Amino acid sequence: MTNKKPIDRQAMANRIAMEFQDGWVVNLGIGIPTLCSNFVHPDKEIVYQAENGVVNYGPMAVDGEEDLWLVNAGGQYVLPQPGMATMDHSDSFALIRAGYVDVTVLGAYEVAANGDFANWRVTGRKGGGIGGAMDLAVSAKNVYVIMDHTTRDGQARLVERCALPLTAVGVVKLIATNLGLIEVTLSGFVLKEIAPDYSPEEVQALTGAPLAIAPGLREFQVAS
Amino acid sequence: MRNKLFDTFDEAVADIPDGASIMFSGFAGPGTPRNLIAALHRQGAKEIHAISNTPGRWGDSSLVDLSLLVQSRRVAKVSAAFTAATHPSAKLPFTELYEAGEIDAELMPQGTLAERIRAAGAGIAGFYTAAGVGTEIADGKEVRNFDGRDYLLELPLPADYAFIHAHTADDLGNLQYRLTQRNFGPIMARAAKVTIVELDEPIVLSGDIDPDAVHTPGIFVDRMIVIPADATKEVKNQR
Repeated sequence: MTNKKPIDRQAMANRIAMEFQDGWVVNLGIGIPTLCSNFVHPDKEIVYQAENGVVNYGPMAVDGEEDLWLVNAGGQYVLPQPGMATMDHSDSFALIRAGYVDVTVLGAYEVAANGDFANWRVTGRKGGGIGGAMDLAVSAKNVYVIMDHTTRDGQARLVERCALPLTAVGVVKLIATNLGLIEVTLSGFVLKEIAPDYSPEEVQALTGAPLAIAPGLREFQVAS
Repeated sequence: MRNKLFDTFDEAVADIPDGASIMFSGFAGPGTPRNLIAALHRQGAKEIHAISNTPGRWGDSSLVDLSLLVQSRRVAKVSAAFTAATHPSAKLPFTELYEAGEIDAELMPQGTLAERIRAAGAGIAGFYTAAGVGTEIADGKEVRNFDGRDYLLELPLPADYAFIHAHTADDLGNLQYRLTQRNFGPIMARAAKVTIVELDEPIVLSGDIDPDAVHTPGIFVDRMIVIPADATKEVKNQR
């Protein structure tokens, strides 16, 4: 066993959250992406939107302060805050399809070098969970993905072409994995930041497509 | 004026026949019509076409939801945005029956589900959306290019009945929802021939809800039942 330390889930989420710009409308997918809302932006106002019909909701509720009628897209209780607005599902997806969401952060099983990604059905299963991912992925101004760099048995999740059924075509711009931060460019994957204990060669070996090294490659940035 | 208020959930669902299409509001808890689902389970209607965000049992909840009807083999088909749990290691009660071919499903993007329901209740014959372009969802659908971008033709999704959970109502059926309880309620109320609503709070008199604050106008509501104060925990709004 190696004693190398990959990046943990909250740090991956924090790194993606560091990309959010002041005033952005942000939609967080189920799983690791919801952790992005734990990141505190000292000088930015972020507007969190959830597809179940709420804009400008507050932080996660702790035990005892939940409002039973207020959940985020992952079904987690969140707190109301001044300026919050609720709406029905068709208005919520009207907002999404019309492009009011600046970034959607999603989990994925695979991302391809051309920006395709797959996140709704695994091999060998008949059913799947699309949820709002297809609507968000084709509509948000930016699509970012947070996922482990490989499957549990070491198979690459960053690939030349997705083998799993696609969620959307050519939309992913940025990926945070437990090994680094990868930009998806017209010429493929570019490694921008890397986990402290890893070399670019090691990350390339765990990637299923060519991984260009950014000229200014730096260590994976963590929130200060 | 027709009285829309029913005394019991059993009376409110008594006439629902085998083979009915039924919409179920709710997203991850809030808005789920648990009492109406329990009543339909007692009533026994079979071969239901269920239209819902999920086929039920989100997480490990022991609360009544659509999975009660699924597990007791009352549902022939589900139209939903999920036919599997979001994490591949978790299994919905629905999954086993679906993989065995004992239940049919139509899976679609959640925004497409919502808009198909909206279209059905808005007199719209179809619409084009970019969601699903280039994926399996596009199979067999008309693709049309507008201003250089491809879209899929999607058709309305109506139903015979809608089961909805709202917060308050007046005696004419004007509804208000609370926070994210609203979700599919307003669009399902319009898309179904018969809309049946369970309510958190006792009915108020018409005039007591500000017309500007009505979320679902009573014209879309046919039957209402107030959740009794002594309802068991399986059908209360809690997780």
